[in-house]
Amino acid sequence: MSKAKEFVQKKETKIIKGNVAAAYAAKSARVQVISAYPITPQTTVVEKLSEFVDGGLMPGTQYIRVESEHSVMASVIGASIAGTRTFTATSGQGLFYMNEMIHWAAGTRLPIVTTIASRGAAPPWNIWADFSDVINARDTGWMSAFCATHQEIYDEILMSYKVCEDHDVLLPKFVAYGGFILSHTSKPVILEDQDLVDQYLPPLPDEKGWPQIFIDPDRPMMHGNLIMPSGFYSEFRMKIQDTLMKSKEKIKVATKEFEKIFGRSYGNGLVEEYHMDDADVGIIIYGDLALQMEQAIDDLREEGYKVGMTKLRHYRPFPTEDIIEVAKKVEVLGVMDRGTAFGSPTGGPVSSDVLASLYNTGITTKILPMMAGIGGREVNVEQQKEEIKTLIKMKETGELPDNLIHGTLWDGILEVK
Amino acid sequence: MDLNKSETDVENTWCPGCGNFAILQAVKKSIPKLEEKGIKRSDIVMTAGIGCHAKIFDYLNLSGVYSLHGRDIATIQGIKIANPDLKVITFSGDGNGMGEGFAHTMFAAKRNMDMTMVLHHNDVYALTTGQFTPLTEKGWKGPSTPKGSFEDPFNALLMILIAGGTFIARCYSGELNHLTETIIKAIEHKGFSFIEVIQPAVSYHAWTEYKDKMEFLENEPSNFEEALLAIRKNHKFTLGTFYNSKKPVYHEQLYGEHNPITKKVTQEKRIQKLEKILNNL
Repeated sequence: MSKAKEFVQKKETKIIKGNVAAAYAAKSARVQVISAYPITPQTTVVEKLSEFVDGGLMPGTQYIRVESEHSVMASVIGASIAGTRTFTATSGQGLFYMNEMIHWAAGTRLPIVTTIASRGAAPPWNIWADFSDVINARDTGWMSAFCATHQEIYDEILMSYKVCEDHDVLLPKFVAYGGFILSHTSKPVILEDQDLVDQYLPPLPDEKGWPQIFIDPDRPMMHGNLIMPSGFYSEFRMKIQDTLMKSKEKIKVATKEFEKIFGRSYGNGLVEEYHMDDADVGIIIYGDLALQMEQAIDDLREEGYKVGMTKLRHYRPFPTEDIIEVAKKVEVLGVMDRGTAFGSPTGGPVSSDVLASLYNTGITTKILPMMAGIGGREVNVEQQKEEIKTLIKMKETGELPDNLIHGTLWDGILEVK
Repeated sequence: MDLNKSETDVENTWCPGCGNFAILQAVKKSIPKLEEKGIKRSDIVMTAGIGCHAKIFDYLNLSGVYSLHGRDIATIQGIKIANPDLKVITFSGDGNGMGEGFAHTMFAAKRNMDMTMVLHHNDVYALTTGQFTPLTEKGWKGPSTPKGSFEDPFNALLMILIAGGTFIARCYSGELNHLTETIIKAIEHKGFSFIEVIQPAVSYHAWTEYKDKMEFLENEPSNFEEALLAIRKNHKFTLGTFYNSKKPVYHEQLYGEHNPITKKVTQEKRIQKLEKILNNL
């Protein structure tokens, strides 16, 4: 074996932090340009990558250290248009600061993958798990996925490139996971054999990248020009919506193919059900709270309750069809948000979307919008069991709990004046 | 909020030995001296960005805004324009003020905004644990630059001078009296005053990197050209006031002696003014 071969990743299990898993995924995906700016709790993702790049473990990868997140997104846009596979990571305010460039990335249809170690929005200043950051980017045209485990971070990044770079998709994607809870804790993560990853996610079609969008001196092309209202602007926007809706199928296929090659499954890619088939009470939940909720469901099942949960894996595109099927299965369905959509029908982004999805379907399932863990507030298994018991009580009595705030249950909230 | 105390009860989480303690101490010491000169404590308003420097906001018992990465410099200008009677200070790290907030810093200097900017220069993004900043020396190794940064750093004083700042000084956390005196001078100065405080972040930079290298300017420059030469010639360990000049300040050029808060125009007055205009048509 040549010396260089020894450095090529072989399948191995490492006990690593969620952020390190994200860095390994970018390495496995053979990203070509990384742009970075530190922000808690993401920082160690890009630090690990700088260690890989400067240590010679990612030959061919360029690493740019820029002066702000705004420049991060602007520079990966440039690198992506030039025809490379790009990666970056951010959190909270960093994502907010990128905002105008995020719109730009989707509008130009660039397959950029960005991980978000999610944290609460300031003020007051908060750096703990809360998905309000990625939710804030909801209407930009990016796809977005939530991860519940360390392994899922690694796996989802690989699946994301697969979907983003599909010529029928060509849109960017966020891969979000709870700050500190996943980013800074360690768990065993299977890092896959590089050859197998290359088989699943081959290098770009040719050295110049994606034929539809790259800048090529042989075929001059402009991006981002002004379009008058009579021009194709409306059509460009319609196509983003059309593509996002169609990408659901692509996500399902990429998830299935991933399972075939690597043996790990994530439901249909959009949602993952847990004991839903015979349940009469269920909950829709996402991120790390979903992992812990499995324990609560197991405990309650042992106590004889027929309860189940559905893990929401993708927020955009929103899996409307799956949500309808989930709602049909149960009499009472809770929807748990860890993130805010102020002024929306429920205050919770996902619960508002669930209600909208069920409109005009004739489904009579009672829905309870719920909030927990905002700004990293601790949520334990016992509390989650109580949350499910609230739903069970709703089923038994037919009545809503009496402590709702504008129709939503804010669990674990302190008394305020 | 009781302003009689100069420090809050918030637990201090700076590393033991951090150069930030001296800045906190110097500001606390300067407040009573400013009061003796007739500046009310309640008229002093501060902002801070995000970073280890910004924790000073939690510890100093003054009114203000704990702003965002780099945005403290813009926020403090808003406060000043709304009520020019206030003495406004922004605390900024070298990453915060010369990186993410760079444009705000340059424009505050360009406008000669009547404010004080204290730049906590520690050569590191300390809160995110160890990345190089726009002012870090070339070759410094950190977790984002394992092989060492290959970028040349900014000379902050030079940039402020060129941009239009009118009071420019460099201080050191190990020279507390000089730091305190300079803070007082900067706050009293009418116009954009900028103090770069060399402030070792001891978890990343040893005091010995700075301690024996510090020296004071022999002669303080008396005009722009001299200041330009002195700032270019003297490396980052030279302390003193490099530039101190007079220029019209932003808010006075904007609205003269007006104060949008204390001299708010009443509805009655607005109607009188409108009537005057209408009658003259």
